[in-house]
Amino acid sequence: MDSKLKLELQKTATKVRMGAIVGTHAAKSGHPGGSLSIAEILTYLYFVKMKIDPENPKMEERDRFVLSKGHAAPALYSVLAERGFFSTEEIKKLRKPGEMLQGHPDLKKVPGVDMSTGSLGQGISAACGMALSAKHFGDKYKVYCICGDGEIEEGQVWEAAMFAASKNLSNLTVFVDLNMLQIDGTIEQVNSPLPVDKKFEAFNWHVITIDGHDFDQIEAALYEAEKTDKPVAIIANTVKGKGVSYMENQVGWHGSAPNDEQCEIALKELNEKLASL
Amino acid sequence: MSEIKKIATRESYGKALVELGEKYDNFIVMDADLAAATKTGVFKKQFPDRFYNCGIAEQNMMSLAAGFASTGKTVFVSSFAMFAAGRAFEQVRNSIGYPHLNVKICASHAGISVGEDGATHQCCEDIALMRTIPGMTVINPADDVEARLAVLKAFEMEGPVYIRLGRLAVPVVFDDNYKFEIGKGVELKSGSDLTIIATGLMVKEALEAQQMLESEGISARVINMATIKPIDSEIIVKSARETGAIVTAEEHSVIGGLGSAVCDVVCEQCPVPVVKLGVYDRFGMSGAANDLLDIFGLRAKDIVVKAKEALALKNK
Repeated sequence: MDSKLKLELQKTATKVRMGAIVGTHAAKSGHPGGSLSIAEILTYLYFVKMKIDPENPKMEERDRFVLSKGHAAPALYSVLAERGFFSTEEIKKLRKPGEMLQGHPDLKKVPGVDMSTGSLGQGISAACGMALSAKHFGDKYKVYCICGDGEIEEGQVWEAAMFAASKNLSNLTVFVDLNMLQIDGTIEQVNSPLPVDKKFEAFNWHVITIDGHDFDQIEAALYEAEKTDKPVAIIANTVKGKGVSYMENQVGWHGSAPNDEQCEIALKELNEKLASL
Repeated sequence: MSEIKKIATRESYGKALVELGEKYDNFIVMDADLAAATKTGVFKKQFPDRFYNCGIAEQNMMSLAAGFASTGKTVFVSSFAMFAAGRAFEQVRNSIGYPHLNVKICASHAGISVGEDGATHQCCEDIALMRTIPGMTVINPADDVEARLAVLKAFEMEGPVYIRLGRLAVPVVFDDNYKFEIGKGVELKSGSDLTIIATGLMVKEALEAQQMLESEGISARVINMATIKPIDSEIIVKSARETGAIVTAEEHSVIGGLGSAVCDVVCEQCPVPVVKLGVYDRFGMSGAANDLLDIFGLRAKDIVVKAKEALALKNK
């Protein structure tokens, strides 16, 4: 990847993280940990990969994105705002009554949100439905989706996985955000879904494993994804809470918001990161 | 006297899908390995490229349908009522209902008239479940004519629809001139002493009950309430006001179904006695469908008993 582009993407991913912190802090609730772990993937999709138009969010031929781990909405809203779908000021009104940005993504309310999600396991099925529609009607758009590693404990994920391979949905790419933590502990402690790669392989998917914070690897994986005739699972090894020192790999930051002081520290760290780039 | 024609509403559904398929190619049909039973197989035979078998995975099917519909296309999804409304309830609520997508859920094998398969497959809770979802339209057709019209109208309208279909061949009640409108009850017989509000296969029983009551000098109005949601509160209030007593009749639990929907309206807008006939907080059982309808008390004579109870309450 061109080093100038990479630098820009790194800056944007940092801003996406800042938005997730600002949003959850303002809301006094939400899910910062799993938002921070997908900042690079979202940034690459929305700033490089996907054919989208912030001026025309319902453009028929647009690529689709489904945040199956809907609780990472703060990161999705942040990337949509950075990309110009709506003002970054909206982020400060996250989870407030009557406002646009709901606790989990709502396609009826938010420009750029292609599917309402939040109940785990359902987004990947919806993504399959979009990919099926594209195949059925001969449309060229692609469908991207992010699942959580805890989320794939839901049986519906594997119903969807079976369907996608059975119907040759090669226009579908699903990232699994393998940050190794879920609400109650490590994924291995709770109900281990490991090995994730072998499971998707067994379901007849094309599987690629990457460092989910490395733009070169994200780019290479998405390039490889276009060369196969199977649905693609990109297993992204990530760090929950990435970019905020006290949140990294801490299970407690799955679903609690930073207070004033914590928010200040987090933004200071992220600003320093931004300045260093 | 010529014999009354009997057709299962699932058969009407299969035919209506083909009728739509001949006119439009902007929709697909999904099923979960029950195409032969739900009669989506009739559509599949005619339009194999527009039919998708999702396998025995109803939860995935509902969310798939939602994703498909989100691209601006319509989807019909079918399974048994137990699995469409029961097993996949949360997918219907969150994937389809919350984003108000154009998914038409046509669920067959509703009620105890499933017959021999027994309690695990006899869904008497689907109307209750589906009508709690904001924005969901719920239709329970009475016969072949109404089922066909319900499918055609559901296709025309925007938003999610649940259509309840039966396995058992039921008498054709309406002729070709019958006008069906989503959200409108239809007065089939005028009457002044009480009103019988029926839905699904109980409509035919209600018409018989009306004649039995008439022979005893009781004037019963009969209303067919195919749409349970949005319920036609106008026709309910008018009947409550003019006749002063109501009996509801449904092949569904008395908890949360037509009877409850009618009571919701009557309680708030025009309180009069309402007596509910339906399945009384119990599971079904194996047996021939028609025997079960006798055993569960879902016949004209049972409506007559309830009508007299309602009249007694009215005259208290």
